[in-house]
Amino acid sequence: MGPETLESLQKQAIAEVLEAYPEKAKKNRAKHLGTDNPEGVKGSCDTTRSNKQTVPGVMSQRGCAYAGSKGVVWGPIKDMIHISHGPIGCGQYSRGGRRNYYIGTTGIDTFVTMNFSTDFNEKDIVFGGDKKLKKALEEIDELFPLNNGISIQSECPIGLIGDDIQAVAKVHKKETGHQTVAVSCEGFRGVSQSLGHHIANDMIRDHVMPDTSHRKDFESTPYDVAIIGDYNIGGDAWSTRLILEEMGLRVIAQWSGDATYKELAIAPKAKLNLLHCYRSMNYISRHMEQEFGIPWMEYNFFGPTKTTESLRKIASFFDEKIQEQTEKVIAKYTAMTDAVIAKFRPMLEGKKVMLYVGGLRPRHVIGAYEDLGMEVIGTGYEFGHGDDYKRTKEDLGRSTLIYDDANEYELEEFVKKLRPDLVAAGVKEKYVFQKMGLPFRQMHSWDYSGPYHGYDAFAIFAKDMDLAMNSPVWNHTKAPWDKEVEGA
Amino acid sequence: MQDLDNIVNGQKLFLKPEYQEVLKNKKEFEGSMGAINPAKVEEIQKWTESWDYREKNLAREAITVNPAKACQPLGAVMVALGFENTMPYVHGSHGCVAYFRTYFTRHFKEPTPCVSDSMSESAAVFGGLANMKDGLRNCNALYKPEMIAVSTTCMAEVIGDDLGAFIIGAKDEAEGELDNVLIPNAHTPSFVGSHITGYDNMMKSILEQVSTEKTTVDEERINIIPGFEPYLGSLKEIKKISKMFGDKIVMIGDHEEQWDTGAGEYKLYAGGTKIEDLKGSINAKATISLQKYSSIATAKTIKNKWKQTYETCNPIGLSGTDAFVMKLAELTGKEIPEELKQQRARLVDAMQDSYPYMHGKKIAIWGDPDFLLGMVSFLVEMGAIPTHVVCHNAPRKNWEAEMRAILDKSNRSDECNIWPGKDLWALRSLLFTEPVDFMIGNVYGKELYRDTKTPLIRIGFPIFDRHHLHRYSMSGYEGGINLLTWITNGILDQLDEETKDIAETDYFFDSVR
Repeated sequence: MGPETLESLQKQAIAEVLEAYPEKAKKNRAKHLGTDNPEGVKGSCDTTRSNKQTVPGVMSQRGCAYAGSKGVVWGPIKDMIHISHGPIGCGQYSRGGRRNYYIGTTGIDTFVTMNFSTDFNEKDIVFGGDKKLKKALEEIDELFPLNNGISIQSECPIGLIGDDIQAVAKVHKKETGHQTVAVSCEGFRGVSQSLGHHIANDMIRDHVMPDTSHRKDFESTPYDVAIIGDYNIGGDAWSTRLILEEMGLRVIAQWSGDATYKELAIAPKAKLNLLHCYRSMNYISRHMEQEFGIPWMEYNFFGPTKTTESLRKIASFFDEKIQEQTEKVIAKYTAMTDAVIAKFRPMLEGKKVMLYVGGLRPRHVIGAYEDLGMEVIGTGYEFGHGDDYKRTKEDLGRSTLIYDDANEYELEEFVKKLRPDLVAAGVKEKYVFQKMGLPFRQMHSWDYSGPYHGYDAFAIFAKDMDLAMNSPVWNHTKAPWDKEVEGA
Repeated sequence: MQDLDNIVNGQKLFLKPEYQEVLKNKKEFEGSMGAINPAKVEEIQKWTESWDYREKNLAREAITVNPAKACQPLGAVMVALGFENTMPYVHGSHGCVAYFRTYFTRHFKEPTPCVSDSMSESAAVFGGLANMKDGLRNCNALYKPEMIAVSTTCMAEVIGDDLGAFIIGAKDEAEGELDNVLIPNAHTPSFVGSHITGYDNMMKSILEQVSTEKTTVDEERINIIPGFEPYLGSLKEIKKISKMFGDKIVMIGDHEEQWDTGAGEYKLYAGGTKIEDLKGSINAKATISLQKYSSIATAKTIKNKWKQTYETCNPIGLSGTDAFVMKLAELTGKEIPEELKQQRARLVDAMQDSYPYMHGKKIAIWGDPDFLLGMVSFLVEMGAIPTHVVCHNAPRKNWEAEMRAILDKSNRSDECNIWPGKDLWALRSLLFTEPVDFMIGNVYGKELYRDTKTPLIRIGFPIFDRHHLHRYSMSGYEGGINLLTWITNGILDQLDEETKDIAETDYFFDSVR
């Protein structure tokens, strides 16, 4: 299949998908769908509409601001307690689903997989929930004395009923001397998780960054870096950390997977901020640059090509000693990853992949697939912005279908039309495609495997993709008595 | 580094010495007590096991920790998926819907269709009418449902959207597109009750708004409302039993097939109660609800508005199934079929085969009110001691008394405690101060197992970390055998665990039990 055929097929798929919509929705969705190429003229990566209101009445894959703040940014900070403030559901549905790994004694000095909720009832809605919140903070301090702070994560009703959670937090902080942060991340704010990331970043900026208590006696070295925007899903930040340490750098903070409050507070001591998830933490990286003069750089630890590229870029911020050491690290691991590629690439070569993930991976993981000889023919973001799409362009390997805020109907139709060999998206989509007999990998949770960041992790990634693509189970879909060959 | 012949994922990767070193290095920068002062962690951990902590923990008023319940719209979505070609539609933010779909999908390992109308700030200010107008039309165009079942989130409830008026308004402006779609709607505020309340409200609304034409009573027709039933096998078995008594015993809200479709093609809608059958519900002779406390409001509609015979049964365990079967016999005037008599005899036989292992075992159990009534009844029938019965979403009226009556059938009822309104962090204390032999509950018991070492037998909702349990029945006589199998073998697994030490305990590591 030549690139032109692929592109025309993609364009045709878009046209067909749009036909199903009523006029108003069709007009809207048309602006979110397109194609782009690695070379030449401006394509969808430059022009696509993004970060806009989702069309009502569709099966959107998006989450909400609360999910972005509590679920992504604040939730993984392990020694703080994060209250889901409002009705019971939000905290329950988001409990333990993201695989933010951490080391600690849960319930005693760390709390990530637990669910703390103010469990609003009708009375709290009618009379307000501030008193209950105050009491909740006190009960937490009594029963969980080793918590290093509390964050209050607002659910929808809080902003609507006019509670003043900022005041409650302020009073509690004053009375106890403990960090208490109220985050107004009500689910109805914004159009997706994305605003929740931003609000969460702003609260870190306003409440954690000014806290100098941990910075006062901190002894710096010239090689101090902070990992920003790694949520340690399946241990990603740990496999990242290993490499950075081998390069000779000192990782003083991990944000926010496996993070402690102290690591947030000492991050301004870093010489360089390493930003993995640009979408969710570019705000605070920019702030630290302005406020503390810390440069930041984006890196990509998916697949050996991108990892090596990133390592060299990181090393360029430091002296020759680091640069030499980095080359040694690269050489050491490249031998291994070359062997991984030699082993798995023959089984994966030329397989077509369609991606649909959140705000970073739709571009970041492309390189890892391409390292294995797999070809990404479609990608899109649940909640990316224009700058994410612009950054995507450089990762494209061929004509690629670009879909922003795609809903389940669109994804299903695109897949039927483009017939990829693998779909890599989220749990809500997983079983839809598996039922069609298509291998699928969850790319939010690493499908209960991982880590996928770094060199060691690439071996896992390759093994998992082989597992997905080459499992005998996909051969059983058709019964032996079904003789007709479908759409050969 | 990875060994190419044995590539390991995080489970074993991080146990390699270089990663252990990394984790050790990280501690230098950490502020958690485990990093600063591990002895203090141990001290507090010990304290959380004490009576002092228990008293403080049980006295909590404001903070809920590790709940065992969810919110209303989740139940509403389940109801909607129990009807043929029906799309659950949540009037509110799409974030909620992402959560509902994820939650069900993780439990059933199946897709969960559901749309929202993506309400946002503008809707918070101006109301969600505009979202409803576009949303219903788009939903109809894309997914071509016969029925759209509209429920609400807390956001829509707080701003006070008028669902009925909105839907009429949306229909008026849809240029006829929505004329042939049924659009029942229910208010399902997340800050009232729990997921079973939402089940109830949606079921009531669908029955009231769709089954409206009262004609003559069909003396053979009986409705069965299953309730919030996470065990698809239970739905299948109830239908099988019903079928033995007549062809016109219809399950209302039958979500079995929706969450159990085969490989080969993806179907958006699968199975479900036929809309025709739903419409005829009002003319049935009687309705049986299998979850009394998931259908309190629905019961009022059936009894008071429809003036229909309304019965509740709880066919979990032996006596619960007996009552259900006898009720069917009574309502249909038919004899209890030989097949069921045999099934009952087989269950009793199996119970008599296995009883020594469950007898006298102290058990902590949690879950929804009706699940607990059925399960505790079975435990008592087997001679087990339901030491802690935790019902986070316990109904205010009658439930506790009903549970007490079941416990009173145990000759050790004085050792049995009911804990209405308590969460799983409260149970953690109880497991330390008044320990039990086994726990029965959902996936959230996993952390209790880790902390207290009390073995967990997974029965309940949700179960994310074990596969295919939801396919089995826990209702009826055959479901009783499943319960017996899970619990007995759970106990035997633990017995092997405790007796497997070589030359220490393995004299009791018997091949025959």
